[in-house]
Amino acid sequence: MVNLSINGMQVKVPEGTTILEAAKKLNFRIPVLCHHDDLCVAGNCRVCVVEQLGGKALLAACATPVNEGMQILTNSLKVRSARKHVIELLLSEHNADCTKCYKNGKCELQDLSNEFSVGDHLLLDLIDLKNYTIDRFSPSIQKDDSKCIRCQRCVRTCEQLQGVNALTVAHKGDRMKISTFEDLSMAEVICTNCGQCINRCPTGALVERTYLDEVWDAILDPKKHVVVQTAPAVRVGLGEELGLEPGNRVTGKMVATLKRLGFDSVLDTDFTADLTIMEEGTELLTRLKGALVDRDPGVALPMTTSCSPGWVKFIEHTFPEFLPNVSSCKSPQQMFGALAKTYYAHVRKLDPRDVVSVSIMPCTAKKYEANRPEMRSSGYKDVDYVLTTRELARMIKQAGVDFNKLKEDKYDSIMGTSTGAGVIFGATGGVMEAALRTAYEIVTGREVPFDGLNIMHVRGVEGVRMASILIEDCKEEWSFLNGVELKCAVAHGLVNARTLMNSVKRGEINVHFIEVMACPGGCLGGGGQPIPTNEEIRKKRTEAIYAEDMSMKIRKSHENPEVIGVYKEFLGEPLGHKSHELLHTHYTERVRY
Amino acid sequence: MKDKYVKRVDLIFEKVECRKILEKIMKMEPDAICQEVLESDLKGRGGAGFPTGMKWRFAAQEKEPVKYIVCNADEGEPGTFKDREILDRVPEKVFCGMAVAARAVGAKNGYVYLRGEYKFLIPKLKEHLHIFHQLVEEFNLNFRVHIRLGSGAYICGEESALFESLEGKRGEPRNKPPYPTTSGLFNKPTAVNNVETLVHSVMIMKYGASHFRELGTKDSRGSKVFSVSGDTPKAGIYELELGMSVNEFVEEFGDGDTKSVQVGGASGFCVPRKKFEETIIGFEGVPTGGSMKLFNSTRSMYNVLHNYLDFFSEESCGQCTPCRVGCQQLLKGVEAVKRGDKNSRYLDELVKLAKTMKRASKCGLGQSVGNAFGSIVENFKEEIIY
Repeated sequence: MVNLSINGMQVKVPEGTTILEAAKKLNFRIPVLCHHDDLCVAGNCRVCVVEQLGGKALLAACATPVNEGMQILTNSLKVRSARKHVIELLLSEHNADCTKCYKNGKCELQDLSNEFSVGDHLLLDLIDLKNYTIDRFSPSIQKDDSKCIRCQRCVRTCEQLQGVNALTVAHKGDRMKISTFEDLSMAEVICTNCGQCINRCPTGALVERTYLDEVWDAILDPKKHVVVQTAPAVRVGLGEELGLEPGNRVTGKMVATLKRLGFDSVLDTDFTADLTIMEEGTELLTRLKGALVDRDPGVALPMTTSCSPGWVKFIEHTFPEFLPNVSSCKSPQQMFGALAKTYYAHVRKLDPRDVVSVSIMPCTAKKYEANRPEMRSSGYKDVDYVLTTRELARMIKQAGVDFNKLKEDKYDSIMGTSTGAGVIFGATGGVMEAALRTAYEIVTGREVPFDGLNIMHVRGVEGVRMASILIEDCKEEWSFLNGVELKCAVAHGLVNARTLMNSVKRGEINVHFIEVMACPGGCLGGGGQPIPTNEEIRKKRTEAIYAEDMSMKIRKSHENPEVIGVYKEFLGEPLGHKSHELLHTHYTERVRY
Repeated sequence: MKDKYVKRVDLIFEKVECRKILEKIMKMEPDAICQEVLESDLKGRGGAGFPTGMKWRFAAQEKEPVKYIVCNADEGEPGTFKDREILDRVPEKVFCGMAVAARAVGAKNGYVYLRGEYKFLIPKLKEHLHIFHQLVEEFNLNFRVHIRLGSGAYICGEESALFESLEGKRGEPRNKPPYPTTSGLFNKPTAVNNVETLVHSVMIMKYGASHFRELGTKDSRGSKVFSVSGDTPKAGIYELELGMSVNEFVEEFGDGDTKSVQVGGASGFCVPRKKFEETIIGFEGVPTGGSMKLFNSTRSMYNVLHNYLDFFSEESCGQCTPCRVGCQQLLKGVEAVKRGDKNSRYLDELVKLAKTMKRASKCGLGQSVGNAFGSIVENFKEEIIY
């Protein structure tokens, strides 16, 4: 333990603690901009500088470990003057058109500028807007360098959490900027559209491409029938954008709100999550049969999930040799879109041309996914517009709905009924758990042998997790699986996905089924979720997801009555002809450099 | 005082037999080498002036078995060109100095980080390196030196940015602590020394600490190689005893009309004529990595300052706010004052800003921009404004 004093108050902290953390213990908040709980220390914005008595230079509180006997001042004359200078300097190279900015009111630089009342422009304005254009080429991410304060949070996110390195630092001195390969647009470089950079950008330099106006136009067009689907993770995140603490489940209120916003039908992505389990589970069992019974060398195992569009684009770029291993199932969002314009339109006697399909997602990569050319198997664009959780909150504010006072409401039918298995798609390990609940029961006729259906092995926060389940006493048609130990691996965060896939490639890991979610924590930590994010917040959202699962009457996908219904009335059987046409897709090898 | 004069020294370029130095250090305990260098009071010749013996001892005391010696040959300070001369004329002594450091610290590998523009030296260095490797093998000293080339960024002369660059990354300074002697190149304990420092260590091994201490003053022992340029009839490289005043220096090298001397390059201080007498060149006064630039009355100090600020605006790595934006503000600020867009009081604001840069910047680059700025603005305010 190390003893030190901060602003004259004694504190004892473990060795290696930073001044920032030690000050927090004494309830002194030191402002930060480049520091982020999820990322390695940078120490480059210098807004967190503090004074050490007897020291010449000021110290970056985020980057300096404590020393025995240190005497720190966090609010001395020198500190205040330096901090104000740093904020002024940042503002002088920042396009401070705050009232017009997408991040107005949610900008960390704006907050600091307020706190330090940096009003009178003391320094010269350095920014020449003629030299900047906003990169709007990506359907997911919008990059505006004129708002960038070079804190490099995005660069560290892309490198350390995702291992993608789409964003990097280029040039030096006054020309230094956050750039991409050859300064190409975000649409042209190897970017998975995961949006984790957006979640950590302190300003409006990186934001989602918004489609709010398009959605409003559709809603307000009397000729259009607008269907909305909500992803599992949205219901545990949305509250944060509307003033609630992390970890609040707002499913019912969200449904009530969506109805008030004017959507013609409020449905649930969880329904197609259950459908995904039916298709993907069957696909896995078919692959296992091909490998174990028919000894077909063409069967690709391990099979990986395909619901995370960030992961899909990542594997297309990074491990194209594994493309046959990726489940051919569309993601729940896209399955929903394809059914909305076929099955749903048919049942509700609508012309599919008049159906507009909107999805609310915790994700920015979903915006890209919806725009993939292969996602038009209904004959129309399966999903017309994708909004993030944050955009929905903005929509709610625009419409003036008093969210927190609303009574809870229920999803419409059809395609609005879901199970606990569908809900847990929102957390890392959830797809695996849902798939096991169903596949095990299909094969053995018994429930998975875990207390309360909770498969704790696949849950957790570790980047890569392994689990296995022994299959015994199978039903007759699945007898070839008797005694097989079904092995699974789960990864979240693309840097962990890369580690896992490299191990698979080298033959160090031998499994049958792999779940990968591009974002840390799974969808609940997605790039479209409320800001800020950190491990603590994601933990609370995770708890909420599993609580939602526990609260559901039905917790296994194959027991979802609407899923049973859609097979009976429309699809036939899993992996059947119609399923293939509407619910499955293919992948494309993409550039690797 | 009249009998004082600028004493020329010839230690750095004196030919030595490296074999004898190696023979001697192989008989010495590693800590005895540290002790000898410590007693000599040799301070780093790159400009920062950290005691070399202490640096070596810190690195030697680290438990980690893998350690490195790095020779900082990224001579980039405007107005210095002495390392180039040393590497050109006595490369064997540089390698020998690295061997001394390696023996003292316990390193098996060393790197020479050579300024990109000094690429032409590589054939010669490789030739000498070959001979050097044969020599260390003879003495069973397990030490190999590798030569790496920089790419022209000034910031890569900063030790931790240099490590990043050597590791193949973008040259950006690291947070300190940890210091290089704990976690340097490849996060291993590293002793990083200037070219000249290493050569001095060879001479200390040859003649002993006491011989070194005979030269110079209490705070600045020994001699130093100076790169003299600007308005002087005697531009060139001179090894001089430390401790002279700027006045003595100007009497020797000036053209009779010297208005000011920039000691230590763009990151150093500007000494005006009225302070020549009282200012000692050395760690007790104005330290220098070797750059000595003389300006006569035909020079505009505004242009001099503008040139430096332009240089820093471009050569800041851009990582930390005070340095990246501060340099631009100082540059645009003096331009605005000169144009009359800002009144002269704005200079006071800029001086305050320069103070913040000194206190809050991440590395030595940003911390030293205020040296030239402050000293030029303070002494030549009129030339900046009018």
